[in-house]
Amino acid sequence: MNIASRFERAPENAPTVRIEVNGETLVAKQGISLAAALLAQSGNPSRKTAKGNDRTAYCMMGVCFDCLVEVDGVANTQACMTLVRDGMIVSSQAGLRGLGGGQDV
Amino acid sequence: MSEFDLIVIGGGPAGMSAAATAAHGGLNVLLLDEQPHAGGQIYRNVGENRTSRGWLGKDYSAGARFVDALDHPAITTQFGATVWRLDSGPRVIWSRNGESHISTAQHVLLAGGAQERPVPFPGWTLPGVMPAGAAQILMKSAGMLPKDAVLAGSGPLLYLVAAQMIDAGCPPRALVETQTPRMLARALPHLPKALFGMTTLLKGLRLLAKIRAAGVRRFTHAARFEAQANDDGSIAFSFEHKGQRNTLTSTLLLTHQGVIPSTHMSRSGGIAHEWNAAQAAFQPITDIWGGTNQPHLHVAGDGAGIGGAETAAASGDLAALNILHLCAKITGDTRDQMAAEPRGKLFRARAIRPFLDAAYAPPADVLSPPDETIACRCEEITAGQIRESIDEGARGHRQIKTSLRTGMGPCQGRMCDATVRGILCAGHKSAIAPPRARSPIKPVTLAELAALADGPKTGA
Amino acid sequence: MQHKSTEITIVGGGVVGLSVAMGLLDAGHRVQVLDGVDSDMRASQGNFGLIWGQGKGWNFAPYAKWTYAALAKWPAFGRRLTDLSGMDIAVEQNGGFEFFTNADEMDEFAGMLANQQAHLGNRVNHEILTGDEVRGQIRGIGRDVVGASFSQTDGHVNPLRLLRALRLAVKALGGRITMDAHVTKITPATGGGFDLTLADGQQIGTGKVILSAGLGAMKLAGDLGFKTRIRPQRGELLITEKLGERLPFLSSTIRQVDEGGIQIGGTKADAGMDDSETLNVMAGLAKHAVAVFPALADVRVVRAWGALRVMSPDGFPVYAQSQRHSDAYLVTCHSGVTLAPLHASTLADWIENTTNAPDLEAFDEHRFSL
Repeated sequence: MNIASRFERAPENAPTVRIEVNGETLVAKQGISLAAALLAQSGNPSRKTAKGNDRTAYCMMGVCFDCLVEVDGVANTQACMTLVRDGMIVSSQAGLRGLGGGQDV
Repeated sequence: MSEFDLIVIGGGPAGMSAAATAAHGGLNVLLLDEQPHAGGQIYRNVGENRTSRGWLGKDYSAGARFVDALDHPAITTQFGATVWRLDSGPRVIWSRNGESHISTAQHVLLAGGAQERPVPFPGWTLPGVMPAGAAQILMKSAGMLPKDAVLAGSGPLLYLVAAQMIDAGCPPRALVETQTPRMLARALPHLPKALFGMTTLLKGLRLLAKIRAAGVRRFTHAARFEAQANDDGSIAFSFEHKGQRNTLTSTLLLTHQGVIPSTHMSRSGGIAHEWNAAQAAFQPITDIWGGTNQPHLHVAGDGAGIGGAETAAASGDLAALNILHLCAKITGDTRDQMAAEPRGKLFRARAIRPFLDAAYAPPADVLSPPDETIACRCEEITAGQIRESIDEGARGHRQIKTSLRTGMGPCQGRMCDATVRGILCAGHKSAIAPPRARSPIKPVTLAELAALADGPKTGA
Repeated sequence: MQHKSTEITIVGGGVVGLSVAMGLLDAGHRVQVLDGVDSDMRASQGNFGLIWGQGKGWNFAPYAKWTYAALAKWPAFGRRLTDLSGMDIAVEQNGGFEFFTNADEMDEFAGMLANQQAHLGNRVNHEILTGDEVRGQIRGIGRDVVGASFSQTDGHVNPLRLLRALRLAVKALGGRITMDAHVTKITPATGGGFDLTLADGQQIGTGKVILSAGLGAMKLAGDLGFKTRIRPQRGELLITEKLGERLPFLSSTIRQVDEGGIQIGGTKADAGMDDSETLNVMAGLAKHAVAVFPALADVRVVRAWGALRVMSPDGFPVYAQSQRHSDAYLVTCHSGVTLAPLHASTLADWIENTTNAPDLEAFDEHRFSL
């Protein structure tokens, strides 16, 4: 599956930051959450559950924990509660996290 | 000695107005909020956006006045601050940037607001299915507009999001609504009282008119939602309407069935809760001032029962006035006099609730979804497994949780408690006690917790 | 009013009561288990799931022997439970550690283990390891660990699935479990047996009654003439988010549940019936876990809780037949998981007083009146 973002970006001029997601550079609007940046980039799932099912950010307010990604080596970080930051390194998670930094996809 | 007179947890309309009123009355206030900016969900990022995203509407931009009122020397604010425990004393333990702090105060006001009611149906966990409120958060906080979305469910927020999408130039594909003529009939007796909230009623009618004028297709009395993912990632959303199965394919399915109080904090703080049948949700038992059975803990806003932004602001004011009185800053008479205005606002803002609660009540299959539906998103437990556990003898939240692990994941039941209760009650009419909430009410790392063993950092 | 008759009624549907029910059902009795309400204190829903022998009975030989008899029976008992319930309860008995960060505590425990071993006739071996030896065996053990003891027979089980499996096993064997059945009164019936009164007014008749409701059985036990005074002892526990990687050890205070979460516990406090989780203890548990295994530092705690252990005055199990009413029994202990295989087998012989009955004289409650 490779689906474009399910959202349009409102025509606004705003400063941007560059983050790295699964090895690729992503340009995101400054001041938005990482979950928003990921959803603005693509409609693909951002993680797989322990049972192998696709998930992506859901509630956008820190409640559901479906937006978990690895950020700068910290696994199970809530992307919707984390603001994008220049140079941030993000990787999506497949299944449960590991000890000391999580597993790569 | 406490560091603060008052700690307000939550920076939405209730928390912001309470903090301002308390500070003006002479109290030293700490305001904690989990999000990066003031506003809560309803006024999210309003201090940053002001009027710039005009399609969010005037009611939204008007929220900036609450944010501005926080600019007071007696108010300390901490954003990105997640409260994970309340102790008697009272003490508030909160985490920011991976470090936990302990703050003390004479009084703590819980103004944590609401969350969207989980809307479980087969396929609701698929990427491309989201709560309408979540999409609205993306509109407010990131200027992102839902593309070709279907809005499904029930409740005033559905119309508001639809109108905002229309104004932003990305109207929804369709509105699929679950409310029935019977629900409307049940709501009608509440209409006379609702007339006290005439402005809100008129706003609602204007939203509906806008949706009609935009030519958005509406299906009402829809039921039995189901979503499937197509190979291209789009969502095939099917539902029953007028005896027929309809399918709409779109990139995004946005669901909504109203909001429910966020009660993890109030429950973990030992506050007594009751079931609000009209709103199908647990809420803390409070008096008119937001006082609870815990002498130093108060609750205001949607976290005390759903009333909307205006109710929240008024209840925040009332709680602050009472706390000013308890801190001997004003007499009881002064409190009562000053309370007249917010009490009036509260009355008018609440007048429309019984009508809305009845007209947009969640349908039975949202509260107790079909067997194949995932009920607990974290542990991937289905409604059918919950029914099986009940057949084995489970009679309450804890027995189901310990049998199946529902609510044991990181969301701690926020996404499944309502469904577990709905399924329990569908079979048994007996009263079900609210599930117990324990700290940490949001996950915290072992290192961060361990650091508290070596003399915690205090102060904000 | 309903009046039902059952041969044996067990008051208490936790791990202990259900295990006893299994044994009695196997022996051919009709058994009914009465369980309380959802909000009752339930040690069986809050425990650590250890199948553990290290140190137990170091100062009381019968308990050391009874514990090790149970450990030997666990593998077969676990398999039988799975057969009866269709559930995997994740029994793992590959040995467990007791880690120390304080040399004096370590020496004291080593002395206790030596005593325990003497009681057991040196049938069971413990190893005592220095900090460096532990670090040599297990990668990632923290510098603060000064040493550890290890016993090959220790293990653990998924305690919540154990409870559910026991419930299913009792039903599979033909037992009846009644929920929401809070017994308020037990009165001897004329002509033998007892009448049990439930909170909702219902009356249940029974031939024999076995009290295994932990802290909830104390009032009833007093009414039937038992003298044992059970006290609650609070233990606090943490559990973390699930990990996909396995923790390379099992210890009495840090274990990985088969589903992936790390459970941390082992504290003891006298807090009456208050089962709250407290900040200081939570922080102390976290500190201990990170000291023993520093890689746990960035793992998140998702839940903490307190649970009340069921402690007799000396901490050992009580198996007692009422002096006043010979058909009433009190079965209570805090090691319901470890001892389950015995409760589900040979304890039935003791209740029936068969020729195979184990000698449980040492566990009678008359030891408290000495």
